[in-house]
Amino acid sequence: MIAELGLAILWMAAALAVLQLVAGALALRPQGAGMVGVVRPVAVAQGVLVALSFAALITLFVTTDLSVKLVAENSHSAKPLIFKIAGTWGNHEGSMLLWVTIMSLAGGFVALVERRLPEKTLIATLAAQAFVSLGFYAFLLLASNPFARLPQPAPEGAGLNPLLQDIGLAFHPPTLYVGYVGLSIAFSFAVGALITRDVGPAFARAMRPWVLGAWIFLTVGITAGSYWAYYTLGWGGWWFWDPVENASLMPWLAATALLHSVSVLAARNALRAWTVMLGVIAFSMSMVGTFLVRSGILTSVHAFAVDPARGSFILALLAIYIGGALLLFALRAGTVTEGARFAFVSREAALVFNNVMLCGILGIVLVGTLYPLLTEAFGVKVSVGPPYFNPVSAIFAFPMLVVMAVGPLLRWKDDRGGRVAPVLAVPALLAVAVAGAAFASGVNTLPALGLGLGAGLALASLLPLRGRNLRRTPLPVWGMVVSHLGLAVAAMGMASESAFSIEKLAALTPGETRQVGPYALTLDRIDPVAGPNWTALQATVSARYAGGDAVVLTPQARVFANPPGTRTESALKTRWNGQLYVVLGEEGDDGRWQMRFWWKPFVPLIWLGGLLVGLGGLLALVGRVARDVKRLVAIDKITFRRERQGR
Amino acid sequence: MKRSRFILAAGAALVLPLAPLVAQDSMPPAPYAYRQLPDPAQEAKAQALMETLRCLKCQSQSIADSDASMAGDMRNEVRTRIAAGEQPEAIRQWLIDRYGDYVSYTPQVKPLTWPLFAAPAVFLALAALLLRGRFRRANLRKDKP
Repeated sequence: MIAELGLAILWMAAALAVLQLVAGALALRPQGAGMVGVVRPVAVAQGVLVALSFAALITLFVTTDLSVKLVAENSHSAKPLIFKIAGTWGNHEGSMLLWVTIMSLAGGFVALVERRLPEKTLIATLAAQAFVSLGFYAFLLLASNPFARLPQPAPEGAGLNPLLQDIGLAFHPPTLYVGYVGLSIAFSFAVGALITRDVGPAFARAMRPWVLGAWIFLTVGITAGSYWAYYTLGWGGWWFWDPVENASLMPWLAATALLHSVSVLAARNALRAWTVMLGVIAFSMSMVGTFLVRSGILTSVHAFAVDPARGSFILALLAIYIGGALLLFALRAGTVTEGARFAFVSREAALVFNNVMLCGILGIVLVGTLYPLLTEAFGVKVSVGPPYFNPVSAIFAFPMLVVMAVGPLLRWKDDRGGRVAPVLAVPALLAVAVAGAAFASGVNTLPALGLGLGAGLALASLLPLRGRNLRRTPLPVWGMVVSHLGLAVAAMGMASESAFSIEKLAALTPGETRQVGPYALTLDRIDPVAGPNWTALQATVSARYAGGDAVVLTPQARVFANPPGTRTESALKTRWNGQLYVVLGEEGDDGRWQMRFWWKPFVPLIWLGGLLVGLGGLLALVGRVARDVKRLVAIDKITFRRERQGR
Repeated sequence: MKRSRFILAAGAALVLPLAPLVAQDSMPPAPYAYRQLPDPAQEAKAQALMETLRCLKCQSQSIADSDASMAGDMRNEVRTRIAAGEQPEAIRQWLIDRYGDYVSYTPQVKPLTWPLFAAPAVFLALAALLLRGRFRRANLRKDKP
């Protein structure tokens, strides 16, 4: 019953999306004034309906209704409640429904609150949003119905992949989806503005919170995903240039560029066409990401061919949206002028330079990710991995870090390099000293440069605060400082991990001790333990830092029954200067236990930096929204007064 | 609680027979799959190479990052050959001859991958062109009063 209800509601929501598109298109015609009032309420109603449909699916998972195909294939009655709920979006159909839900809720929210944009541009935006979501409705309803029933209820569910039974899963995909969807809103804004030829500061200010919001979620999502991979995969790696990771990194890179160019547009009315273009690219990248992850093309071109319906569907959507948007852009770009000009040395110029660098990295990641698919079409399987991505992306990333240090100190429009050079001398010297010292102590080129540039940028990122009254510094300025500092911190963490990690593999009998970096590690004992749906062997390891008191770590090797699978549960001990990483392996023939130990100096800086980047975004968002609300309240007061006087 | 004690007992009953079963997975584990070379310089060399070789049974993991038995065998192969004094690139070539280009995360330079290596240069040129055009226009503007 609930399944049928959910499906019916989903169809109704899709019908409303059609109405939203048609009414929006009609309202844009000169004689379409009658339709203007329809679009907003329809957008809100559509959001509410999809949310209800998603709630129905969650209910089915919570009650483990095994007559529903999706539940039977992906859930299990003995799973903890949190993973039953998270399991709703831990599969193809559910995650697509989550996507549509977030997208429609966001559209409804825009319809409710957005009042800065000219009404026509807003209607064009909502119509574009309906057009985008219609593709996903069609995909859900025609090619991946989440509410399909089984002819016979299954006796028991197939369960969830053990790797995914982790609290990280509960939050990771929704976080990224919110980011992707925020970019779809930015895309709709860009399309709306192109349709009404109304690209200017008002448009930028309306679009900015969405870009900022999307960017914050992408930042946090990627950071969390990286940490999740780090502690669940059990080998101490934190980034693999895996296509799925790249699929989340590419929208982030585009969103970062978009965020900065939208700020230039809002502040200086410059970079109009460039901003719209980036809006299109950013959403295209999230679509490419979805296509890569959802079509199954990643495992191989052949897996894609096994179930071509879904892959082709997303590919078609991709072509329609991106092709359509690019076509519109090509038709209208001539009428969108670039706006205000600026000099070679100016803050705008620095932002443009880094935008181009970000696009360079984006291009490299895109080419490197898609290249294996291309060669496979020629019958040769190749791999493109860290040895390609690391140095090649550094070609663009390192100059970007340098300009990041300089840009925020420059004035808008026109400035002299000589004015900021004395201020920047100290961070520059620090960068050279750190990189030189690292180089001299035998660190490889890339990590040595990363350490130096990270240290220099960390110091330089604080400079915009000098001479300011810290209490009266606007929140967006704090946001910029914190985000830039975060990126510097993350860069140092990455470089340090690559330069100074110590790995030790050992076969131990209980009672034996090994030295790993500053830690002396003793294997005390091995015990069997059990959780709600798994059993495990657990090692108890005493870790003494530099001869100090013992800290107890308990890494586990878990065995899951439904579905069968194993997962290593690493044990971490974080200190201010690094992290100890302990993994329990298998028992050897001689009764010794294989253990893996890593001492990774300053590795937590990677994720701390990522979180700082996100926090900076949050500060900026709060600052901007608070200002907008204030302005809106003021406008309301004025109109209210005028109305009274008019009477 | 009764229930949790039952789960514990069931857990122990499950784990004990499973443990040897898990260990059997890679028949006798290859000696250097989970053991490092005694010479730190050689181990560093082996480690650097292993990080650039793909585990053929996993999705997007290097053999230095994987518990798959095949990755263990390959680690053993790499460490043994490094210990015997072979050059890392020779070992890579040997593995490529056996398993194809797919095994190497470092793409091999050959006609099929030329575009891949041309990409950074192309992007750099594009970036330079884009920036130059913009800044030249900016400078023209600056000369005007």
